[in-house]
Amino acid sequence: MDQKYGWTGRILKIDLSNKSYEIIKPESDIYKKYIGGRGLAGHYLRPFCHLTWDSPEMPLLFFTGPLTDTASPSSGMMSVVSISPLTGTVGHTYAGGNFGTELKRAGWDGIIITGISDNLCGINIHDTRVEFSGAESLQDKTVSAIFRSLPDEGGAAATGPAAENGVLFSSIGFTGDYSPGRCGLGLVMHAKAVKFIHVKGSGSTAVYNSEELVSARGDILRLVSASPALMGEPGFSEFGTGALYDLIHSRRMMPTDNFRSTRFQDAGILNAWHYKNKFNPVKAGCSGCHILCRKMSEDGRAVPEYETMSHFTALIGNSSIDIVMEANRICIEAGMDPISAASSIACYMEINNLIMVGADLIRLLTDIAYSKEDGNLLKLGSKKTAEILGRPEASISVKGLELPAYDPRGAYGLSLSFATSTHGGCHLQAYAVSHEILRKPAVTDRFTFTGKARIIKLAEDLNAVLDSLTVCRFIFIAATIEEYAKVFHAVTGSGLSGQELLMAGERIFYNERLINRIRGFSASDDDLPSRFFSESGSSGDGITIPPVPRDEFLDARARYYRIRGLDSEGRPVREKCIELGLECTD
Amino acid sequence: MHRLIDKYSRKMVSQKICAEGDPVFGVLDDATIWNSSADEIEILGRVMRGLSINSILFSPAAEPYSSIIDYLAEFSTDINGQIRPDDTETRTFLHNIPVVKTFTADEILSGLKKRKGVIIPGHGIVTYGTVSPEQAFVTFSSICFSTFVKFMADYYYHAMGIIPMKGNPEPVFKKAVQWYRDSLSSATNSPSIKAPFDSVEDVIQAIIEAGRLTVESGMVDSFFGNISVKYGNTIYISQTGSSLDELAGCIDPCPLDNSTTNAITASSEFSAHKSLYNLTERKSILHGHPKFSVIMSMLCDDIPCVNRGQCHIKCSRKRHIEDIPVVPGEIGAGPDSLSCTMPSAMKGRGVIVWGHGLFTAGAEDFTDAFKNLVDIENMCFEKYLSLVEK
Repeated sequence: MDQKYGWTGRILKIDLSNKSYEIIKPESDIYKKYIGGRGLAGHYLRPFCHLTWDSPEMPLLFFTGPLTDTASPSSGMMSVVSISPLTGTVGHTYAGGNFGTELKRAGWDGIIITGISDNLCGINIHDTRVEFSGAESLQDKTVSAIFRSLPDEGGAAATGPAAENGVLFSSIGFTGDYSPGRCGLGLVMHAKAVKFIHVKGSGSTAVYNSEELVSARGDILRLVSASPALMGEPGFSEFGTGALYDLIHSRRMMPTDNFRSTRFQDAGILNAWHYKNKFNPVKAGCSGCHILCRKMSEDGRAVPEYETMSHFTALIGNSSIDIVMEANRICIEAGMDPISAASSIACYMEINNLIMVGADLIRLLTDIAYSKEDGNLLKLGSKKTAEILGRPEASISVKGLELPAYDPRGAYGLSLSFATSTHGGCHLQAYAVSHEILRKPAVTDRFTFTGKARIIKLAEDLNAVLDSLTVCRFIFIAATIEEYAKVFHAVTGSGLSGQELLMAGERIFYNERLINRIRGFSASDDDLPSRFFSESGSSGDGITIPPVPRDEFLDARARYYRIRGLDSEGRPVREKCIELGLECTD
Repeated sequence: MHRLIDKYSRKMVSQKICAEGDPVFGVLDDATIWNSSADEIEILGRVMRGLSINSILFSPAAEPYSSIIDYLAEFSTDINGQIRPDDTETRTFLHNIPVVKTFTADEILSGLKKRKGVIIPGHGIVTYGTVSPEQAFVTFSSICFSTFVKFMADYYYHAMGIIPMKGNPEPVFKKAVQWYRDSLSSATNSPSIKAPFDSVEDVIQAIIEAGRLTVESGMVDSFFGNISVKYGNTIYISQTGSSLDELAGCIDPCPLDNSTTNAITASSEFSAHKSLYNLTERKSILHGHPKFSVIMSMLCDDIPCVNRGQCHIKCSRKRHIEDIPVVPGEIGAGPDSLSCTMPSAMKGRGVIVWGHGLFTAGAEDFTDAFKNLVDIENMCFEKYLSLVEK
């Protein structure tokens, strides 16, 4: 493929050990195989994946995609990848905001950071100029304080106090209150003694056929307009992802009391409508997105996403919106994943049979960020906390990553995807919510595993492509790869069809399974907490929430392995590696 | 999966888009399940293995669709070998329909790698789904609908001497008209559940019945349309992607003040329904895509109009078909959406949205809305015939 269009053809590789950098210019075949974003980052992670997450050689990777900084709808995301300190798996998270767009305008498809700085430093990228600065004065500062110390123009990423204090689920904050929370990659950045990265670009991304892009964009915008979930009155554009709160509650799959029930009695006074009335939020969003699902309150605070709304209420028994807002602010400012934070608290409350509300909750959350009192334990995440306290079953996590705000007893495809995800309990790698709950692209029966093994595999491939094009997966509630293949062609000139892009997605996902296999993961890790197979959820209103049938789950997982081309232990096999053009490690 | 295959096979037959025993469905999990031992399975299996999909459907279309599709495939493709219907449903969801010459895996794959369905003249239509065979059924049905609409719209301009069609469309036209006349004759039953409604359950049952009758009357294809009732301060509306003849469990309660966001799964026309209820005293709304209402809305003799090609959003004329206004507007909630045009136009029996479908509304229950839907579609059919047979 020709890198004249879409891609910059240049990757910035930084070695902090001697504060030097070099430019990598990948061959066309690398772009064709891995596209960008998560795919390219996984490719460059693979040679080092046997190392510990804090090894000097372990790369921390920030990658944009070919559609970033173009008129492609909702393509302003960026992938951040390394090995997760929390789970030990490949760690991937994606970031909104404008960092990716600025990076692309500066002329870079991605950044690979290796080595460890001998002082706490910042990395300043202005087009092709790369400079390092001391950041000792920013120690102990919150994420927003760090951003205020940087130039207004451009985009920035920074870690906060949570990373400095060893929180395993530390996140990297991005300008605009974007906190790509999952997998603890903020701790990897801190291990390299990098406090911030500031990037400013003055270029623009070349597009192969602008007229074709306008047409392809129009097709997608029409689909988005027709989507009630995205642009409807009660949808994401008006209420943010908090619009899911009522729906998930009405489907009786809202994780409550550390997943001991699935319906929260006070949900009616905690929904997105109440946030809208109370905080009169304005719309915000990532570069190049017209959906604008971010909501900012009048006083400048970010209104929580659905996951935070749910986990800081139902999961821990809190009925105060103000506490949720404050918890969200603390997580953003300290730089830590609100899902893992709330789940670790819920786990701790269950083990100690505690009821914790108001100021006590805020104090414990702050103690986690600053590693004080019991926060010193909870900063290790729910899995290690529960193991240390002798109650491992109280950690509701997969591969050590805490589950998001969807109870798997309420959607069986989702439950399978939690298990098969390459970085643990994540709903985004297959986003089964789309067809099991939101009815798109078509409704599937949420209480059956029939057909779900292949559906999940296909969805994992699709979402691997989206994370590599760096397109927001929410827009795929309305659009399909068919429309984005036209956009991809218009931007890059590449003749890859949507189906061929999905094959790249299969390669990208399989590469991550290979990384996990090298790190020792197998079928026993592709499993759900035992609670879901033995305890019912909260049935009612004509909806029965039984335990997930264990036999059917295992059967579906076995089918998934066959469809994915894994052995019976979930491990990659040589034949499939060869088929996908991946180097195989025995 | 067998259950879903049987269900959509039956729907295709009852919808008269294919003959009994014709649909060949394949559904793939870790192994493929076929509902047939037809000769086409070998090629379809190769197609399936070449795509990231979970289901595939092939069937010859029933008449008159078969003749229409073959005619359009021969005479009405663009330079890329695609059929481009102008109706809103196709414009939004299918974009265009590729045509390939032979029933071979390579050719079918070449079409399906770009679009959700492909036409093979003399054979039929192949479509697919990624999460459910329902998607394959919907795409098949949409292709039948949109090609019917395109043919009839093209025929109007041909008959009026404005834009001649190639070949000989007359036999196809006559076959299609006779078929449609026959299918309309079964439209007899009307809703039995009357207002005032005593409970939410009454409302839901009235919606379910009216949806089912609308499909049974032949007015709409089963999948296309939406329906609602305003009861107190709540709109009860069919969910997005639900079938009008299968609405049990698929009706969302949506408060007018948005104090819950349940409507996130409601019909994409929720905003239009809500706006209509806010502007008028109507209590029920029925929306479908009866064919000749859609066709008539697309016919305009002002060929050099500057808005031509953008009629669905930019038509500035005050158009009527008899007493029924025709307004522009797209699906959903965008700035060009029909929620900005249709509600204020609802003064009488109904409103047709250009290239999209017909909205009717009742004062209390579905009695008037259903009757008006049937009457307006019949009127449009007769009006169309009177124009082309002049």
